[in-house]
Formats: sequence, structure tokens, C-alpha cells
Amino acid sequence: MAAATRAAEAGQQVGLVDDNPRIGGQIWRSPRGSSSLDTSHGEEASKWRQRLMQTSVEQLQGWSIFAQPAPGQLLAESQECDSFAEALELSFDRLILATGARERFLPFPGWTLPNVMGVGGLQAMLKGGLPIAGKRIVIAGSGPLLLAVAATLKKAGGEVLHICEQAPLRQIAPFALSLLADPGKLAQGIGYRLATLGVPFSINCWPVEALGDTAIRSVVLSNNGRRQEIACDYIACGFHLVPNTELASLLGCRIENDAVVVDDFQRTTVRDIFCAGEPTGIGGLEISLLEGEISGLTAAGKISDAESLLKRRRSMQRFSDRLFRAFRLRDELRKLSQPGTLVCRCEDVPFSALQHQPSWRAAKLHTRCGMGPCQGRVCGAAASFLFGFEEHSVRPPVLPARIASLGSAAVLPLLEITDKQEIP
Amino acid sequence: MIGGGATAAGMGHIVTMDDTPAQFALSSYSQSLWSQLAPELPSNVEYAQCGTIWVATDEEEMCEVHRKLDYYLSRGSSAEVLDSEALAAAEPNLRRPLAGGLLVRSDAVLYPPCAAAYLLQEALRHNTKTIFDTAVSAANGRVQLKSGGTIHADIIINATGALSPALSPGLQVKKRKGHLIITDRYPGYVRHQLVELGYLKSAHSVATDSVAFNVQPRATGQILIGSSRQYGAEDSGVDQGILAAMIARAALYMPSLPSLSALRVWTGFRAATPDKLPLIGPTEDRTMFLATGHEGLGITTSLATARLLADHLLNRPSAIPLAPYLPTRFSRPAIEMAHA
Ligand SMILES: Cc1cc2nc3c(=O)[nH]c(=O)nc-3n(C[C@H](O)[C@H](O)[C@H](O)COP(=O)(O)OP(=O)(O)OC[C@H]3O[C@@H](n4cnc5c(N)ncnc54)[C@H](O)[C@@H]3O)c2cc1C
Ligand SMILES: Cc1cc2nc3c(=O)[nH]c(=O)nc-3n(C[C@H](O)[C@H](O)[C@H](O)COP(=O)(O)OP(=O)(O)OC[C@H]3O[C@@H](n4cnc5c(N)ncnc54)[C@H](O)[C@@H]3O)c2cc1C
Repeated sequence: MAAATRAAEAGQQVGLVDDNPRIGGQIWRSPRGSSSLDTSHGEEASKWRQRLMQTSVEQLQGWSIFAQPAPGQLLAESQECDSFAEALELSFDRLILATGARERFLPFPGWTLPNVMGVGGLQAMLKGGLPIAGKRIVIAGSGPLLLAVAATLKKAGGEVLHICEQAPLRQIAPFALSLLADPGKLAQGIGYRLATLGVPFSINCWPVEALGDTAIRSVVLSNNGRRQEIACDYIACGFHLVPNTELASLLGCRIENDAVVVDDFQRTTVRDIFCAGEPTGIGGLEISLLEGEISGLTAAGKISDAESLLKRRRSMQRFSDRLFRAFRLRDELRKLSQPGTLVCRCEDVPFSALQHQPSWRAAKLHTRCGMGPCQGRVCGAAASFLFGFEEHSVRPPVLPARIASLGSAAVLPLLEITDKQEIP
Repeated sequence: MIGGGATAAGMGHIVTMDDTPAQFALSSYSQSLWSQLAPELPSNVEYAQCGTIWVATDEEEMCEVHRKLDYYLSRGSSAEVLDSEALAAAEPNLRRPLAGGLLVRSDAVLYPPCAAAYLLQEALRHNTKTIFDTAVSAANGRVQLKSGGTIHADIIINATGALSPALSPGLQVKKRKGHLIITDRYPGYVRHQLVELGYLKSAHSVATDSVAFNVQPRATGQILIGSSRQYGAEDSGVDQGILAAMIARAALYMPSLPSLSALRVWTGFRAATPDKLPLIGPTEDRTMFLATGHEGLGITTSLATARLLADHLLNRPSAIPLAPYLPTRFSRPAIEMAHA
């Protein structure tokens, strides 16, 4: 939204494509049944929406981009299940990718039981109307997201029994101290902490097993070296986010350390393709917004305006780096799986089948891990953490697409940007 | 990586083909070797004898069905003719009415990367040593490795598929690119490997790009959709024009196919020879042997290739003659070639 708004305000003809039917991305989009954005993360959301509405940005909500039939062209498909609308072929002069992030799941015995969820998944289902009032929930994983989610769940009437942070004190302490130098962040942290007040919070604590038959009944934690079992209806796990780099990778952008490589102005290694937000490295809402602004301005040729934002971005970047160090995942989490614990749910591939595979490609070819409908979106990040697999090859479609859409060669130049402006 | 080349990209259809007597001999022999091996194969090889149906759209293609039937029967293989109704009953998602088809029950499908892994395991059991490295040259009993080492051997077999000319300069092997699509799971949607009879015509045209209807049921319930053939395409990217043509072709035979969800599209390179037969056996260099050039049949013909080569090296009699596949056939004078 920030990128589109900034570029449009600078006089560019802009189209915005988002695969969700509702605008706002992962955390701003409106809850089901509501037309206004989710402002629980601050009023910024409505401000940006208003600003966007005042521009001439052409919006394509509910369309996912799945392939690049030729350089400068993209194919998009409608996400409405029963829609047989033809795929659209979009052409562009400049492209800003802002594909966000997804959750990392770590397999542990029982993690495939119903109601063992990702924190974001539970949050999303809440937004989708899942009744959570009175439900007993354990939250486990790492990072500030746990607190944010706990606050949301409490607000919706959920009974949050325990928050488990895997990081040890010696890792978190320097970060907590550094917050003192950043009153804004501190206030935000305290706000979450207050909202979740009364909820036991343990560091050095992580799930080792989920128990239950048809759904989770209880979770076993390793809490500072002790085994602790807590009966619950849900466990929400959040072991960090991973950037969605597939589309960037398909377009030929260089990916390093699981993130899209960009320069200060959000330019990728491919000419005229920019990238902003989580795909360039996980940093959260504020830095994503700022990167959106920088990319929009740069794509519109407003280099000096973009430049004026760089300093703020740098200091935010330092903050994310500290955050990253503070909540680094511990080695013990690599050892939670039993031989029979599934790593790939789509293809039912157990831990033992992957243990001795030399590479991700070998694992895919010989065990079919990551070859199912999610195409490694879930197990890929887990496997790379568990086994250190690195390489990623991306093939079209980046998201499952109807065969008819794949084969479409019809050209509907919806987003022809005619104003050719040289970008330095 | 074992099974990482064309083997990872191919369809894994174990099929008897009758373009030429030599092709029929090799593919039917190899198919019988696969069915003998089947009980030993681990389940992840997903060997399934689902049979092939050669689909005929009109009377002209029905004539081809009968010609094919006679060909199979006369060589001791079996096949059955399906009329229009029998075809519709066997494959309810095919367009109706179609003229009919030829059902070859002995044909099968498997998952090639795991088949390759299994075969390697067997080789290791017999004291084979694997070295994961790239050969930069191979001749006169020496294989030069990229990492710097050299291997000395009395017998070197170049089995590097579409890349084999790099190790044996002048080899008559060209890359022939193919596209495939894999769908989400639709168990029972397709029951046999279905191939259009026009496939023969299009696969034969050596000069031009072509597409054909060729779909395969996977053990997972997924459907593998092929196929295309292109010369001169060196990069492994998906060609939108070819993909669109391939899908349009498939939709002609299976009208509801376009509404299914596709998970992935990929490409691979077949190792094509001028006469569509592989190169198996000795070369002018006494230490160098070939096992390459299998084009679109290398999964099928792998076992027979290995057997023929082993028989040759061990001076054993072989089940079928090696002569049609000898690499020296291309080093004979051109005149003789023309009569071959
Ligand atoms: C589950 C979860 C919970 C989070 N909670 C918080 C939180 O509480 N606080 C916080 O600061 N951050 C949170 N984050 C981080 C959040 O990603 C960022 O703060 C913010 O949403 C980043 O904005 P973005 O524009 O980079 O990505 P997003 O907001 O994720 O937007 C990306 C958009 O691109 C769309 N998209 C992706 N691929 C395609 C495609 N091929 N075609 C079309 N559209 C596509 C997506 O559907 C999405 O709408 C959370 C992230 C996740 C995944
Ligand atoms: C789209 C498509 C569909 C197909 N469908 C079928 C089918 O249904 N049925 C069928 O029977 N066949 C099919 N084939 C053909 C079949 O896949 C191939 O014929 C077969 O896989 C060839 O196996 P190969 O071992 O000769 O070559 P490859 O599988 O390519 O193996 C060659 C190996 O050599 C290695 N290598 C290359 N150069 C070097 C070097 N210098 N040093 C060291 N190692 C090297 C490579 O890394 C690779 O591992 C299909 C092929 C394609 C492309």
C-alpha cells in the first residue's frame, strides 16, 4: 500500500495486485464481516488506506501472480474458488514485489494433530470468525510476535494459559536493555505485556510433544529443563517468519540468506524490479512500510525523496538485527522430532527419511518432501532449519494455478504503464 | 546426484514402442526386465502396471490401432482393441465420442528418481564405489575430474545423457527439450497412461517443435501431463507458447482437464540421436563405451541397456542383438548410412 501510494502520488500509473480479496496484507486486512481495516496494530492502517484511495491506483484484489510468461509480463489468476475467469496477463515497466512472509513451523511429535497451529494461523482464523472465547490456549515459540498474538487472543476472550519463549535470558537480556534507548518500542512491548498480564511467561521453554487422539488434549513443555504438561484446546506456535521469496526468485532476483537481495533503494539485482517489506528480511510492520515508501519513490524516480528516508530505515534495520540475535532459535529445537515425526505433511515424509539426505533437491527427489500442494512452503523452512539445506529452485507456478490459467496466452494489458521515465 | 538429470525430469512411463523393429526389441525386452524386477522394487519406486491406452480419435487412427495390434501380436506381445464405448468406460474423463484405442496391459509407470536410487543401492551392495564429481574429460583409460583427481580404468562408460557429447566430442547426441505439468491429487481421474496416436507423427518430426497428449496417473493420485519436444532450446526455462499448446492439446482429449489445479511445471532434456535409437557399446577408443542417447525412452530401456552392455563386456550371449545400437553405426561411410 505504501509503495503503490507513494509511486502514484509521484504521478505514476500504478496497479496493485494482491491475492487476498481484502486489502491490507497480513495484519491490516479487515476481519471477516467488516469493511474497515484492522487497526489493532495502530491507526497507521486507516491513514494509508485513505491516502491510497485518493490516488488513481488500480486495484486487483483477490488475484494471485503465479508466473512470468516473458520478461516484463506476469500472469495472474482469480482466487475465487468457483471463478472461471480467465487468467490476466499483466505487463509492467517497473515492478515492486511486496509478497510478505509466512510462518515457520517446527516439527515435534504430535505437531500434526488438529488444533496445533501457527500463531499467525490462529490469528488469521480468529479474523475469519473462529470462536475462541473460553478456549484454553498455550503459546510457544520465539520473539515479540508471541506477546502480540497473546494480546489479540485475550482480547477475543481466549484463555491464554502460558507463553513459552525458547530463547535463554542471556540472549534476550541485551535486547531488553537496548529497548530502554527506544521508548516507542518499549511502550509497545509494555502494552502487549500489560494486555497479557496474568499469563505465566517462561523463557527457556519450548514444546516437546503434543498429546491427543483426534485433536490436541495437552502439550508437554520443556520448561527450564523440567517437563511440564498443560491441558489445552489449542497450542499456537511461532518460530519466526520466513520471507516469501518465491516470486522474486522466479523473476531471477538474487536471494541470499533466504531473503531477496536489495540495495538501499530497494532495487533487486534485476533491473526495474524492486522489493520491499518482509521478503528482503524479516523486520515487522514499521520497516516494511518504510521500505514500501522508499521503493515507491525510487520506482517513480524520486530518488532524493527516497534518500531522506534512508536514515530512519537504517536505525530500524539495526533494531531488527538486534531482535534477530535476541531470539535466535536454539539447537535443541532441531532435536524435537522422533524418527516417525512427519516433516512434510503433504507427502507424509517422516524425519527419518530426510535425516541422511545430502541436499534439499535430493530430499525432494528421493522422498517427495516439499513436492505436494504446498510445494515446500511449510516443510521447506522447517527442513532448512533442521538439516541446513540451502538451495532453492523455483519453478512456475509460484502458487498452484488452474491448468487453464497456466496455458493462457491471451494478453490483457491491464497495467500498461506508458509513462517511460528513466530511473538512475 | 543420482537420478538428478533427465531421470528427475522424465515421466517414468515403461512403454513398448514400435517405431522400428530395433526400438521394439529394446523396449519390450526392457519392459519385461522391469516387470521381473518389480517384486524387488521398494514401494517408493511406485511401480504400477497400469497399462497404456493409445487413443484414436478417428477411423484413420483406428487403422493405426489395428496395425499396431498386429505388430504386437506378431512379435509375441499382447494388446487389446477398445471400441468407442470400451474406451469411454475405461477412461470416463476422455472426450466423447472417440473412435477407440489400443490397450497394452503390460506397460507400467514408475517414479524414476527413486528407481535410480534403488539401482544405485544395488550397485553399492556389489562393491561399487561412488564419487560425486564432474568428469571434465574421459579417454584412453583416464577420467579427469573437476576437483583435480584422475581415475584410471580399463573400461569407462559415458552415461551422461544429454551432456554426453561434452565427454565424447563429436557424439551425435542433441538435446531435445520437454515440458511436463504435475497436478494436485485427483485419484481415479486418469487410470491408464494415455497417449494420443498422433504422438507417433509428432514425435517423429525431427525438425519442428511439437506437442502431444500424454497423461499419466501417479501413485499419489496426481496427474502428470505431457508432452512437448523441441530442438535447439538450450535454456531450461518454461516456454509459454509451448506450454499453452500442450495444454490446448490435452484439453482436446480431456475437456475438464484445464479446470484442475497445477502444482508445478518443469522441463528436461532428452538425449536425441539422428535415428532415434540409443548408443550402446564400444567406441574407437578401446577403453570408452557408451550408454546414452535414449531420448524419450531412457527410463524404459535402462535395464536392457545395462544388460546388453554387461553381456558385451563379459562376452556373454545377449537376449537381443546389440548391433542396432552400436555407436559405430554413425562412423560408417555416409552412403552405407543412407541404406541402413
Ligand atoms: C502470521 C503473521 C503474523 C504477523 N503478526 C505481526 C504483528 O503482530 N506485528 C508485526 O509488526 N508484524 C507481524 N507480522 C509480520 C508482517 O508480515 C509484517 O509486519 C507486515 O505485514 C509486512 O508487510 P508486507 O507488505 O511486507 O507483507 P504482507 O502484509 O504479508 O503483504 C503481502 C501481501 O502480498 C500478497 N501476496 C504474496 N504473494 C503474492 C502473489 N504471488 N500474488 C499476489 N499477491 C501475493 C499476500 O497475500 C499479502 O496480502 C506477521 C506476519 C505473519 C505471517
Ligand atoms: C519430459 C521428458 C519426459 C520423459 N518421459 C519418459 C518416459 O515416460 N519414459 C521413459 O522411458 N523415458 C522418458 N524420458 C526419457 C528419460 O527421462 C531419459 O531417457 C533418461 O532419464 C536418461 O537417463 P540417463 O541416465 O541416460 O541420463 P540422465 O538422467 O540425464 O543422467 C545423466 C547423469 O550424468 C550426470 N553427468 C552429466 N555430465 C557429467 C559429467 N561430465 N561428469 C559426471 N556426471 C555427469 C548428470 O548429472 C546426471 O546425473 C523423458 C524425458 C523427458 C525430458
